[in-house]
Amino acid sequence: MNMRMMNRKYYWVLGAIFIVLLILPPVIPRFYTYITALMFVTGLLAMSLNMVVGHGGMFQFHHAAFYGSSAYAFALILAKTKLPLWIAFIAGPVLAAALGFLIGLFCVRLTRLYFGMLQISLGSLLWAIVFRWYDFTGGGDGIYGIPMPPFLSSLTSSYYFIFIVVTICLMVMYLSFKSPFGTTLLAIRDNPQRCEAVGIHVRRHQLAAIVIATFFAGIAGDLFVILERSVFPDLLFWILSLEIFIMCLLGGWFTFLGPFLGAAIMVSLRTFVGIYTEYWTLILGVLLILLIFFLPEGVMGLVQEKLGPRTSGSAGKAAE
Amino acid sequence: MLKVQDINKSFGEFLAVNGADLTVGEGELVAVIGPNGAGKTTLFNLITGQLKPDKGRIEFMKEEITAMPPFEICKKGIGRSFQLVNIFPRLSVFKNVQVAVISQQKKSNILFLPAQGMVVEETNRILESLGLLDKASETAGSLSHGDQRILEIAIALGNDPKLLVLDEPTAGMSPEETSATMNLIKRLAEERGLTILFCEHDMDVVFGIAQSVMVMHQGRTLIQGKPQLVRENEEVMKAYLGEE
Repeated sequence: MNMRMMNRKYYWVLGAIFIVLLILPPVIPRFYTYITALMFVTGLLAMSLNMVVGHGGMFQFHHAAFYGSSAYAFALILAKTKLPLWIAFIAGPVLAAALGFLIGLFCVRLTRLYFGMLQISLGSLLWAIVFRWYDFTGGGDGIYGIPMPPFLSSLTSSYYFIFIVVTICLMVMYLSFKSPFGTTLLAIRDNPQRCEAVGIHVRRHQLAAIVIATFFAGIAGDLFVILERSVFPDLLFWILSLEIFIMCLLGGWFTFLGPFLGAAIMVSLRTFVGIYTEYWTLILGVLLILLIFFLPEGVMGLVQEKLGPRTSGSAGKAAE
Repeated sequence: MLKVQDINKSFGEFLAVNGADLTVGEGELVAVIGPNGAGKTTLFNLITGQLKPDKGRIEFMKEEITAMPPFEICKKGIGRSFQLVNIFPRLSVFKNVQVAVISQQKKSNILFLPAQGMVVEETNRILESLGLLDKASETAGSLSHGDQRILEIAIALGNDPKLLVLDEPTAGMSPEETSATMNLIKRLAEERGLTILFCEHDMDVVFGIAQSVMVMHQGRTLIQGKPQLVRENEEVMKAYLGEE
């Protein structure tokens, strides 16, 4: 009973946010429309990482590599070929997922930290290719002014397109989070050895999760190009991977929507604090320290605690 | 049903299991006993695939399962619990067992259907028979030690095993909890027609319920037979009381 009431409260809050976001663009200045859209894209990226890190317990240290690869694939197809938009839009995530599969194939054979180290090196390899292959990728300059079809020509229409795609993606992610696949993934995070002993092919399951997550990272990459009309090597750089990781931590990686919130916080910080000082990361650092001490479950963990029924012990919330 | 022949496993220089033999017949309740460090846990890990043997052969239902990965051995019908508590601490008690049932029914890969309503009946039946139903929504990590041990067995039952391997199911339990757990194991064997292989270092606990006892000492099998026979064996006395 209590659970159901909490769910209802949840849906009301989500519904209200949805409607506000829907009527936002005509009301607010262009700049804010752009920032909100950027939050969606970054939010989707953080959520896709969290599928592997928070729900899967794997050290996916170079998630940006997949995001950037997809963005480049999408941009290159649009800039250099006459193929229709939808083919380019699908090609990006498919490439990301294929790379996720290839890199994941080696990574899931390693444990924890080694998994992360290998991923950083293989991901950096992708970055190096993009950075060095000047003739094809534009090297350090990237590619600017990527042509978009008419229905994506204005910022408002891009905003709505991004909004719809992200909403659909989040719904699909939620389904898979609540599915037997997602539940099994949580169990693997908690105790891989026990999972093997109940007949679960742990590595294959982890690999499947990586492929799905990198596919969604790829969609985020597409959306970034739609918003920015440009790509540059920083999209694949490890610093961005670190930032996404922090978003998950900030928002709460044992929750579902937490990383999205974390991404929104990061984008706001960079935008609004970044106006006053280039040392905005200093503020981020202080925030992170406070977070680790006072909110180990992340900001979303706090929200859930305030919205939901009281449970005994902090472990109660995470298990749902 | 299960046949272990002359199995060996060493860790570096140390021979943890050195020529162990074990036979488990269908429907039997078999105990492996031995002093601490006799190699009981290593033997169990070899049987269920957590470790790979250096030498020897393991057969289950007339099929060789030596050195298969654990998840495949599980699919053949061997479920197990661990000596140290080995559960999913952040998941609810219900989900701990549900994950095993989902895996048993080959539903782990379903991606777009909610797990919430799945295999509820089977899961609840297991929880009920082990007396955990009223704690189903609690977080597994917050249970008492005794309950976590019972949950271990519940997870193993989620796979609907033919053979249940329990590695010191009563480790860390009080005497009352121990006898309750032993009764539970006995009841499970009768109710479900399960074959159970378990190990224990307390001899008194074992002789009450086991139909066959295997004694391990320094990685070797000393003897396997009826409890009465084992109790009177001189070598066993020596292993337990030391040579004088």
